[in-house]
Formats: sequence, C-alpha cells, structure tokens
Amino acid sequence: MENPVLIFFIFLPFLAAFLIPLLNLFWDQGKTIVLFLVSFVLMLLALIIVINPPQSTQYIPGGWYPVDNIPVGIHLVGDGLSRFMLLIINSIAFLCAIYAIPYVKMFTGQKYFYTLFFLQLAGLNGVVLAGDMFNLFVFMEVTAKASYALVAFGVRKTEIEAAFKYQVMGGLATLFMLFGIAMLYWMTSTLNMADISVVLRNNHAENTNVIHFTQLFFLAGVAIKAAMIPFHAWLPDAHSSAPSPVSAMLSGVVIKVLGIYVILRLFINVFAPSEFLSMVIAVLGGVSMTAGVILAIGAWDLKRLLAYHSISQMGYVLMGIGIGMGVIAGGGSPTTVALTFTGALFHMINHAVFKGLLFLTAGSIEYSTDTLDLRKMGGLARYMPLTMVASFAASMAIAGIPPFNGFFSKFAIIVAAIQGGYHFRAALGLLVGILTLASFVKFQRYAFFGTPRPGVTLKHTPLLMKVSMVTMAVLCLIMSLFIFPEVRAVFLDPAVNTLLETTDYALKQI
Amino acid sequence: MTLYILCFILLLTGLYGLLISRNIIKIVISLTIVEISIFLMLILIGYIGGALAPVIFQEEVLPHQAVVDPLPQTMVLTAIVIALATNSMILTMAIRLYKKYGTFDIHEISKLKG
Repeated sequence: MENPVLIFFIFLPFLAAFLIPLLNLFWDQGKTIVLFLVSFVLMLLALIIVINPPQSTQYIPGGWYPVDNIPVGIHLVGDGLSRFMLLIINSIAFLCAIYAIPYVKMFTGQKYFYTLFFLQLAGLNGVVLAGDMFNLFVFMEVTAKASYALVAFGVRKTEIEAAFKYQVMGGLATLFMLFGIAMLYWMTSTLNMADISVVLRNNHAENTNVIHFTQLFFLAGVAIKAAMIPFHAWLPDAHSSAPSPVSAMLSGVVIKVLGIYVILRLFINVFAPSEFLSMVIAVLGGVSMTAGVILAIGAWDLKRLLAYHSISQMGYVLMGIGIGMGVIAGGGSPTTVALTFTGALFHMINHAVFKGLLFLTAGSIEYSTDTLDLRKMGGLARYMPLTMVASFAASMAIAGIPPFNGFFSKFAIIVAAIQGGYHFRAALGLLVGILTLASFVKFQRYAFFGTPRPGVTLKHTPLLMKVSMVTMAVLCLIMSLFIFPEVRAVFLDPAVNTLLETTDYALKQI
Repeated sequence: MTLYILCFILLLTGLYGLLISRNIIKIVISLTIVEISIFLMLILIGYIGGALAPVIFQEEVLPHQAVVDPLPQTMVLTAIVIALATNSMILTMAIRLYKKYGTFDIHEISKLKG
C-alpha cells in the first residue's frame, strides 16, 4: 500500500546537509565521502524506482491516513511524472557533485558549499514529491534559499548583485504562488492536489472567473521561476555568476523543477487544461524561445550565452506543453497530445544533460584559463582536447544535429505542432533551431579554434571533472535511444501517461 | 469583503513599491509588505466571526459552536518562519552590497545588465 522509499529522497539529502559541517569538525575527508556516497545512493534509488516502478505511488509520513477518503496528512506522491523528474534531478546532481569535488577547492568554506548543495537537492526532491500545495511552496522556498546562497558563494561584486536580484524576483515568485495557494484553499477548503482537482471539477461552473484569477497568479509565479521572457531578468545574471557546478544544477535542474514541473502539475493535473491558458503558455514559450536565442547570439560572456540558451530551450518545452494543452482543450487526437508531451519531456531531460554539460565545460575552461570572455580565448582545442570533444557533443546536441539527443526531441515537438495544426509555431521552432546552431558555431569557433593567445598559462583539468564531463557527453549520445519504443516505455511513457490522464489523475490518488 | 479588498490593495502597494523604489532597503520593505498582505489574507480566509480559538479544552465543545479554521494559521506560522529566513538573508545581501559598492542605489549597482 505504501512506498517508504520516497521519504529517503528528502531525508537523505537533509541528513547529509547537516552531517557535513559536524563531520568536518574532526574528519577532514568526511565531507567529500558523504557527498559522493549520498548523491550516488540517491541516483541509484531514482534509477531503481524508474526502471522497476513500485506498486504504490504514495507515502504518508507520520501515519496521518485519510479520514472518510478526505486526505488530512502530508502525502508524498511518486507517480510517473515525479519519478521521471527524480531521475533527472538525482542523476544530474550526482554528476555535478563529483565535478564539484575538485572545483570547489578554489573557494574557502567548502563544507558550506556541500551543505547548501544538499539543501538544494532536498528541496528539489521535495518539490516533485509533494502531494499538497503547501509542501510544494515550502520545498520551493528551501530550494530557492539554497540557490540564492550558492549563487552568491564566491562573494565577489557581481555575484552578490546577481544573488540580490535573484532573491527579489524569486521571493516575489514564491509569494505569488502563496497567494494562489490561499485562493485555492479559499475555494476548495483543502490543500491536497488531488482533492483540489476533484472539488474544482465538481463545482466547475460556479467560479470560473475566480479560477482564472488564481491561475494567472500561479502562472506569474511559475513564469518568474522558469524565467520566461518578460520575467527573465534575473536568470542570465544568476546563472552566469554562480560557481559552474551550481550553474549546471540551476540551468539543468532548478528551472525545470520549479518552473516546468510545477506548470505541468498545476495546469494539467490540478486545473483542467483550457484553451485560454494553453494559448498563454504557448505564447510565453514561443516568445522566450525566440528572444532568448537572439539575446544569446549577442553575448560574449560564455556562461551568459549559455544562460540565454536556457531561456530559449525552456521556451521549446513550454511551447510543446502549450500545444499539448491546446490539443486536449480542443478535443484533438490523443496521439498528437502524447507526441507533444513526449517531445516536451524528452527535451527537458535532454536539456538537463547537455546544458549541464555545457556549463561544466565552461567551468573547466574557466578553471584552466581564468576567463569566460570568448574574445580572450582561442586555440584551446590543442590544450584541452577532452573538454573540446565534450563541449562539441553538447553543442551539437543543443543545436539539434541528428545523432545527438537534442535533434529527436526538437523534431518531436515540431512534428506535433504540425499535427496539431499550429504551423507558425512549427516554423518558429525550426528558425530558432538554426539560430541556436549559429550561436554555438560562434562558441566553438572562438573558444577552441583559431590561434592561441600568446603567453597563456593553462592549468590541468582534474580527473574527476573530466569523468563527469565524459559521462555526460556519452549520455548525450546514448539518450538518442529514447526514440525506440522499448526504451521509451521505461523512461518516458509513465510520465507522459500521468499527463495524459489530466484531472483523472486525482481519482487514482484518493 | 472590504477586508479582502484592503488586503489586495496592500499587496498592490507592495508591488508598486517594488517597482518604483531605487533604494535596496526600500525594495526589501516592499517585499515584506507583499508578504504581510498575503499572510493577512490567509488568516482572514480561516476566520469566522465570533468563533472559538482552535484549541481543544477538557470541556466538551458544544456541537453548534463554530471553531476558527486552524489550518491557515499553521500555514501562516510556517510562512512567517520562511519569511524570517528570506528577510535575514536578503538583508545580509544588502549589507554585503553596501560594503562592495558603497551605495544603496540600484541604479549605481549595475555591473550586470539583465
């Protein structure tokens, strides 16, 4: 009936977070070992529950079981979508963790870095497992607090400034979410997501206007967290100022979990998808996709370029979701819906891998050359062949060049857009793909080719950083296997099925 | 209803302050005003005029006696603790910013451009 493994995704990182500073008092190597072991165990657990899904999807800590089928306690829900997100979070976190071991040696207070890293991880796992709105809010705040501190970890001028900006915007976003939660509680007198969905469905006609009002607040909050274009101002600063493994976590995981996952959960499973909302989400996605890539072409700071691409690629995912919701609301064919959601989720996991990898290679370049300005680089291919190969694989993947994973997910979204009758959005998707390729050609050209600058001294990239980068580069290639139905059935289909159920999801939970 | 509208006006006041103020400390204050308005609204949602506090006494509560909804109150307590962390952290950042730049004016603190 219950699935106690879910609680470990929250409990283990919290334990590790507070164990590390204590352990550090009398054992110097302890923090590294705890970091490695805990993140490795979490990744294995996530992989196990994805490949071998447990019978029950719920865990109720404390034993506060539902009374007369009305949920009263805290529910942790690990359904298909949550398990899929857990896999993304914990695998990227593991790879970032082993990359961080040599990387954070440049900072003082490494134990606090590890503590904050685990707090962030605990918050992220909590967000995807939360079955009620208030826990969603609390875990969003836990993640956000840890992220603010990690962005400011270097305590230089720009980092503090970026962290302050991030804090104001992020604080406003979670407050909007809290306002939405308050409105939902007012309407439905419950906080459990499944229960809210049932209550809203039963008296749907009564308060449509109030529901729209609430949805707009949620959308504003989530759009800030996902850095959709009118709300994006904090992202390029925060993601480019943070230490590289943190940038990889922020771009690869945090904006997906706090942004896209919450949109999926709220607007598909809790509220029924509506024509109006699908339009808003698809337009937000389309605008971010186009504007993000145009801003990226003009950027000369390597990490800032990558950060703008995060906005652009999240735009793809959001546009895919918008198209899927539009087709559901318009009563279109279920195969089109399934294709869009598969494309969107596939692109999400792909983006986690290749954008994570790009930030790690940027970190490796920064580690060796002490600069992130593309104009000051050149000829690095000779000195860092491994970094060059890894970054080449990731660049081809993000630009959508065929044998790499990015091609298939973008292709799925574009085909789904054509099937759903949204030809303009499909054309936009293709155009942005070409612009993405252009900007990554620029990155490769300036960083790795051309003549080396005279008089540069290069540091050697440590082994653990190389291991992490090579693993991700290999993942970029082998994740193309997801297009085969047998592989897709294990990784993607359970998540897509959760989304296809829309609000029927609630009936299963209660 | 008037109370809810006043709450919403308080929220809008906070948002307005957040948009127009140039001083970092005023931005933090505006953010706090938004916070407080939402807490007030949560409390108001659970409030019933003339009802008992949600505490179980030894004596039997009469069946027709209304009790205030305790859930929003616990939510607000949690949210206040979170807000404490937010405020202390954001003020720490403000102090650090002041030490680095020597000013509280956000127009002068602009090494990064969105």
